[in-house]
Amino acid sequence: MSGKRRLVVVGNGMAGARAVEEILTRGGGEQFAIAMFGDEPYGNYNRILLSHVLTGEQDPDEIVLNPIEWYAENGIMLHSGVRIVEIDRPGKAVFCDNALWLHYDQLVIATGSRPFMPPLEGLVGRDGRYKPGIFVFRTLDDCRHIAAAAQSSGRAAVIGGGLLGLEAARGVLGYSCEVHVIELGPYLMTQQLDAPAGAILKSTMEAMGVHVQLGKKSTAVLGEGRVEGLAFADGGTLPCDMVVIAAGIVPNRELGVRSGLTVERAIVVDDHMRSVDDPDIYVVGECAQHRGRVYGLVAPLWEQARVLADHITGRDTGAAYHGSKLGTKLKVMGVELASMGTVEAEASDEVVQFSEPRRGVYKKLIVREGRLTGAILLGDMSKAAFLTQAFERDLPLPEARRELLFDIAAPSGPSTFQDMADALQICNCNGVAKGDIGRSVRAGARTARAVMEATRAGLGCGSCKGMVGELVAWFCEGQVEEDPSVHYYVPGIPMPTPELVRSIRERSLRSVSRVFEVLTGGVEDATSKPGLASLLRTIWGRDYEDERDARFINERVHANIQKDGTFSVIPQIPGGVTTPAQLKRIAEVAERYRVPLVKITGGQRIDLLGVEKDNLPGLWTELGMPSGHAYGKSYRTCKSCVGTDFCRFGLGDSTRLAIQIEERFQGLESPGKMKLATAGCPRNCSEAMVKDLGAVAVEGGRWEIYVGGAAGAHVRKGDVLCVAESHDEVIRMMGRFIQYYRENARYLERSYSFVERIGIERLRAVLVEDREGIAAGLEQALEASISDYRDPWLEAGRPVTANQFATLLPKGASGEAARAR
Amino acid sequence: MPADLDTKHGGRRLSLGPLCQIPVGEGRGFEAGNERIAVFRPRCGGVYATQAHCPHRGGPLADGLLGGTTLVCPLHAWRFDLASGEVLTGGGRITTYRVVLTADGDMVIDLGIGSP
Repeated sequence: MSGKRRLVVVGNGMAGARAVEEILTRGGGEQFAIAMFGDEPYGNYNRILLSHVLTGEQDPDEIVLNPIEWYAENGIMLHSGVRIVEIDRPGKAVFCDNALWLHYDQLVIATGSRPFMPPLEGLVGRDGRYKPGIFVFRTLDDCRHIAAAAQSSGRAAVIGGGLLGLEAARGVLGYSCEVHVIELGPYLMTQQLDAPAGAILKSTMEAMGVHVQLGKKSTAVLGEGRVEGLAFADGGTLPCDMVVIAAGIVPNRELGVRSGLTVERAIVVDDHMRSVDDPDIYVVGECAQHRGRVYGLVAPLWEQARVLADHITGRDTGAAYHGSKLGTKLKVMGVELASMGTVEAEASDEVVQFSEPRRGVYKKLIVREGRLTGAILLGDMSKAAFLTQAFERDLPLPEARRELLFDIAAPSGPSTFQDMADALQICNCNGVAKGDIGRSVRAGARTARAVMEATRAGLGCGSCKGMVGELVAWFCEGQVEEDPSVHYYVPGIPMPTPELVRSIRERSLRSVSRVFEVLTGGVEDATSKPGLASLLRTIWGRDYEDERDARFINERVHANIQKDGTFSVIPQIPGGVTTPAQLKRIAEVAERYRVPLVKITGGQRIDLLGVEKDNLPGLWTELGMPSGHAYGKSYRTCKSCVGTDFCRFGLGDSTRLAIQIEERFQGLESPGKMKLATAGCPRNCSEAMVKDLGAVAVEGGRWEIYVGGAAGAHVRKGDVLCVAESHDEVIRMMGRFIQYYRENARYLERSYSFVERIGIERLRAVLVEDREGIAAGLEQALEASISDYRDPWLEAGRPVTANQFATLLPKGASGEAARAR
Repeated sequence: MPADLDTKHGGRRLSLGPLCQIPVGEGRGFEAGNERIAVFRPRCGGVYATQAHCPHRGGPLADGLLGGTTLVCPLHAWRFDLASGEVLTGGGRITTYRVVLTADGDMVIDLGIGSP
């Protein structure tokens, strides 16, 4: 065993055991000596099937996933019936309730959850234990106890009308015991259903003999020595001899709390499923909180276990969990139902609905921007497979929405991709259809990137990239190869951003050509050049050796290229505040140069479009305004509302803040463009919540800082990074985020992807709480970049390269270069 | 206007002037005779000339990015091989021209043997 790392797994439920299985399939048996701890004196079993054990449909043996022998066969030391009470993190050891202690190198917490016990008077007897006749429904032992009691009971009450409660009710009903389901909410299964579906389910249940009581709050357990009934808040009572409590679950997070880990609803993890506080502690399953969500279903748990295993074994240190889309398909008392995503529609959603209560059939679909964001199916599952795929993969839906509800013509195949017409356009920017992608795969492409290169699919706005990837995988029928370059800073150099930065620093690579010389043996990749130029500028500041050929044309001539090869000129107008004199000057210059189109931009500036390259220097000089940087992968602008000076709702001076922000961050190069906004109150008129960075004034002179918002091809509301007390603090925290983004994002990775990839919890830990102690360094590095700032339009009088602004040589060869339209 | 240097072999050889008009690693647009062409000076060496506009949507190829002898159009990132004219993002070819340097460092383009 010597030389192996010691891996301790706390929890032997579905999550813990699955994580270990995934680790073993990645050769983890060679790397780790594994010890597992479980409360229950069994191997590991499928908790989802407990209801079948309760009804007697299945024996306990049949639902075992890993029998006791499995542990020995795989060299795992199983301590069952033993509980870990504490983790000594500095000493890297766990302490057990039997006084055993064990060292670990890495630890997995998979303690799962336990039943939530509502506060009921009389729940506990004089001996401090639950009164005889009180049951929970969580373990194999619970099943046995419920079954035994139901056989001799006349009437049972089940508290909780959710999935678990209905399963318990069904189990008890099978023992010829009268069952009452007591639900606090207005209808059954409020997590998965809406009110009409809940009503239909209720009548179906009642037809089977289950009594359902809604909107009923249980307050007390009646009976002295044992359960004799339930009392309710409305004053009523229900005589019964057993009560099954199935009112929800609570994550077992106490171990995390005692060990000083960040715990909210559950133990907070990063995208590698590690505690945000300790890189050697992983957390998986119902006790883990990822990006604010705690999952109680099995599919997310499988995904988490895979990521954990990839990461801990080093198989893929970039492996990241991005959260799961929630969907369930289940059978409650013989009634089939499926539920996914959102249950209630928002005002702007499209709702497709069908209801046939007499047959117990109900279908509701919520469609947002042409994609399925929620669905409820009750009593008829014929379209469930199709809809599940459409939901999970975010597929476009057929125009005739009725096809989503029914099989109109031929019976549908099992797969959506199968159903999809070859001519269906997938990439709307470049006009690539499903059939084109199929042809590309048949021609030999095996990665999404290869197909995208060959077909141009996904290379426009990029919003269909995910779908293209799915289609490629489908066409490849499992032969798909992962393209490692998706993890690189730029595709041409096989290194993730932090590694590339380290390499550049260690070897003092100060120019793009030098980077290729040293890292790729001189093989230049054209599309990687602008990204490297940006990164080198970020790293070296004034010591960067600028090679203009590495820049995209926009950044060579400081203007944005248009479809006809002319350029757009946007001068800086901080905060969108201009003056009559400035407007006159812009107007005069526009007339003098016969600018074909003058347009107000979405960023509250003025765009002069259709300017010949040769005319750029003259136009800039005559404008006498600095560059607005509306062309680069850089800080763009900061939009703002009126703020406090005139607006009667304004809480903060958003205009002044926007001007301060612009003066500070103007022209900073970054992996993707950064569009900012400030809003003087939460009405958000300037749309600050959907910007890469936004500041929204809230009462009390404070500002909420949003990061990772988007309202382009991709729409995302930003996450609140922190609340700042002053303009200075807004600028300082925004600066930290910007520099962290500059040093860690992949080239062209916009803030909305970056924030999702890193996770807002981690960003808060690093940037706001400074857990890694890098905040001062970030601020210093940013300060250096800012102090090097120089208005690029000053190159008007001093071109940097030969014929920098010439459209056609020799100059004046034909009248064309100075073409005036 | 560049001088017409030679018309034998049925071709037209025109001087484009000194090489230093094009910075290393970049391209520039030229007018030669009545033709518009783009001339490139990649970091890996050599001088290459192609038709001026992208066959896709007419983008100005001289404003493109170079990586070795691969050229990327600035508008929609179509890629071309400068030496062969091959369109790397789809198939087909763009017109290329041979450029030679004189002893004085002037570029001379041969418009006659441009590939179709």
